[in-house]
Amino acid sequence: MADRYIEPDTPELRARWGNFAWTEANAAKAKDIIARYPEGRQRSAVMPLLDLAQRQVGAEENTQGWLPIPVMEFVATQLDMPIIRVVEVASFYTMYNIAPIGRFHVQVCGTTPCMLRGSDDIIAACKARGMKAGHITDDGLWSFTEVECMGNCASAPMVQINDDNYEDLTAERLDVVLDALAKGETPKAGTQEPGRHTVEPSGGPTTLTAMVTENHDYRGEW
Amino acid sequence: MPKVTVDGVELEVPAGATVLQACELAGKEIPRFCYHERLSIAGNCRMCLVEVKPGPPKPQASCALPAAEGQEIRTDSEMVKKAREGVMEFLLINHPLDCPICDQGGECDLQDQSVAYGRGGSRYHEHKRAVTEKNMGPLIKTTMTRCIHCTRCVRFSEEIAGVDEIGALYRGESMQITTYLEQAAKHEMSANVIDLCPVGALTSRPYAFEARPWELKKTLGIDVSDAVGANIRIDSRGREVLRVLPRVNDDVNEEWISDKARYMVDGLVKRRLDKPYLRRDGKLVPVSWNEAFQAIATLNPGNSIAAVAGDMLDCETMFAAKKLVGALGSSLLEGRQTGMDYDTSSLAAVNFNTTLSGIETADAILIVGSHVRWEAPLVNARLRKAVKRGAKVFLIGPEWETTFGGEFLGEDLSVIGNLPDHVWETIRDAKRPAIILGGAALGRGGLEAALSVGEQIGIVRELEDGTTWNGFNVLHMAAARMGGLMLGYAQKGGLADVVAAKPKVLLSLGADEVDYTKFAGSMIVYIGHHGDKGAHAADVILPASAYTEKAGTYVNTEGRVQWADKAVFAPGDAREDWTILRALADAFGVSIGFDSFEELRSAMISEVPALGSEGLADYGSDLPAGGGSASGLIAYPVKDFYMTNPIARASATMQQCSAELLHGEEIAETAE
Repeated sequence: MADRYIEPDTPELRARWGNFAWTEANAAKAKDIIARYPEGRQRSAVMPLLDLAQRQVGAEENTQGWLPIPVMEFVATQLDMPIIRVVEVASFYTMYNIAPIGRFHVQVCGTTPCMLRGSDDIIAACKARGMKAGHITDDGLWSFTEVECMGNCASAPMVQINDDNYEDLTAERLDVVLDALAKGETPKAGTQEPGRHTVEPSGGPTTLTAMVTENHDYRGEW
Repeated sequence: MPKVTVDGVELEVPAGATVLQACELAGKEIPRFCYHERLSIAGNCRMCLVEVKPGPPKPQASCALPAAEGQEIRTDSEMVKKAREGVMEFLLINHPLDCPICDQGGECDLQDQSVAYGRGGSRYHEHKRAVTEKNMGPLIKTTMTRCIHCTRCVRFSEEIAGVDEIGALYRGESMQITTYLEQAAKHEMSANVIDLCPVGALTSRPYAFEARPWELKKTLGIDVSDAVGANIRIDSRGREVLRVLPRVNDDVNEEWISDKARYMVDGLVKRRLDKPYLRRDGKLVPVSWNEAFQAIATLNPGNSIAAVAGDMLDCETMFAAKKLVGALGSSLLEGRQTGMDYDTSSLAAVNFNTTLSGIETADAILIVGSHVRWEAPLVNARLRKAVKRGAKVFLIGPEWETTFGGEFLGEDLSVIGNLPDHVWETIRDAKRPAIILGGAALGRGGLEAALSVGEQIGIVRELEDGTTWNGFNVLHMAAARMGGLMLGYAQKGGLADVVAAKPKVLLSLGADEVDYTKFAGSMIVYIGHHGDKGAHAADVILPASAYTEKAGTYVNTEGRVQWADKAVFAPGDAREDWTILRALADAFGVSIGFDSFEELRSAMISEVPALGSEGLADYGSDLPAGGGSASGLIAYPVKDFYMTNPIARASATMQQCSAELLHGEEIAETAE
């Protein structure tokens, strides 16, 4: 992801986020998270706290959430650690957004299994809605990233949108999901294949068929 | 003590050694970029690959692999050769081929190692990565496209300097080394990352495009910007000193120097006194040496003469001046320019007795009146090591930003006399307690009060291993201080005694911190190298040599005698200090008993034998009893780290550092 860059630290950014502080609920959560780590090792809480901060930013501006520099500084102060170490963490892990992001971050897997199962169509469908990498659509809804394998190859192709995966996609099924999201609904996460439950074999099992309904001892047959 | 075999040679290595160290003990050269003896092990450059059996059938990074009993290590096999070539090729994939315009050229680890261990050419034809330049302040110039991500600079600032400001952002190929928001690196040893950088990513900004390393004459010198006496290498071309680099000396500076020691040298060509001056009708006018000496010859001071030594003097100059003043029948010598009058009858009581490397082993340290970061940055690095080993540090004095934690107990000297219970218990029960007394705490009874604390806790003691531990330390700030004290540059009442004696002639040997208004009735003969405060007050100016322009003996704050060589000639009509003093003797019509530098040195050594051999001078370990009480608010004498001596004050680089780093002025865009 060579095109990841930290949003510059401008006076406007300071003005908007300079007095960032936990909401009451998040303050309690943060306290809880920090308490998970042994005395003197509180810095370990940097990752969950950054996530919490990102979610709070997201809730405030109704987006997926991202980490402005002043917010990272806030987390650093919370944990009494050098700010550069926080920025290192935030810039290393791609699940932390370090630049403004839309309400839905559409991450399309383009790795081989997904590609073979039609991720090109999925990407084309996204592009048709005006999504492109490193860009928020004008309505503020969509951000787009093409990512590498997300580990859902058995139900390829897939996209990850914010916290949920949508699998077994076609361009049409993706449109349904995106339309639902745009309307503020919560589409069913996971596979979009009618009749498929999770990642069980499509069209029923072809191996270990005797095990479908009851436990079966195959050992005698080997 | 595991036994290993390196390329067929069996040898025993110390327990805990790495395979790389084992190979070095066997005399094998292992190429490396990220590994550095004084930093933690990162293991990310992969250049040190060797073949180790038993182990996986692939080359292993020797820097991060502990040497174990019975290992068979090969550094000369086909596998190792191929591995090195491979790593080198990978490192060079994104490294630009801009050696002709790179300041590291000629002293570049990457250059040297690619010649020695790389393959002839590259098989990479795609685009190379490009990274934007990062601002790291007025001292460090960056060309981050050249960076190979060894992270030495990151580890240095985190581990040695103790200021987390450099980090590695992003990941993989996009990784970039930067300071937070590209702010300037703000600590006193920041420029050491330039030496650490194995490539040309971090280079020296003031020295940019000045010279190639092979054009430079290298002279071994001693730094005079503080009392640590860091070992330096002075690189000069023609008559100009172009840069100063640290030399390795584990007892003194390890292999670091402060930014001031490194960068004040551009002040050596500014504001120099390059011809004699006489004050005529209130104005200093340039004259010839003859005229100057004729004027001095008419002074006839008799025994009403005194000498005040500056902070950067070598022992030879001070000795020559002492002989001159003595030949005229006076013994008014003083080196503590600001008027300090602590008791110097026992040199052990004003010495850094643990030694600089010894302070690392202390387990409880009480620092009184010393802003260590500014007064001796290298000692600060040692203190940080001590704390990492578990030492507890307490400080008395106004708060400053330590890099090692520590507890500030108060700002008044009287705290020495009534330490809080937990502090008292900690230093009393410590195995190796140490007290560090800074310049701000020496006067007003501070030395005696600290000595008495030392006596009560038995700060001089026999350790379990039979060695003697003397934890009483005085941290001086002037490179000339210990040498001056050994040569008797101290009056009982300090400078006030000299003032009270109302000398007819005051020899000011580069003394730029003296309040000359007190010497209104004296003829001030200034022998120094910079047109600073001393020269402003002088009636006669005799241009002398700076520390790079004369050979000399220096004694650092731990009493270590060190010799420095002469790198360049002084500019214009300036002469070496001792020759001026020798000529002055003729002008005054007295004999001081030497005609050459060798004669001077041997006379000095026969008077103070300790100056005759390099190494620690022995002051004994008997401390005077001390006693009494101290009081008064502590105020650190160093107000601006970058402006503590006339050379630094004349240096454009130091002025810029002071303005940008300490006084927060906007960064001046360079017109590059």
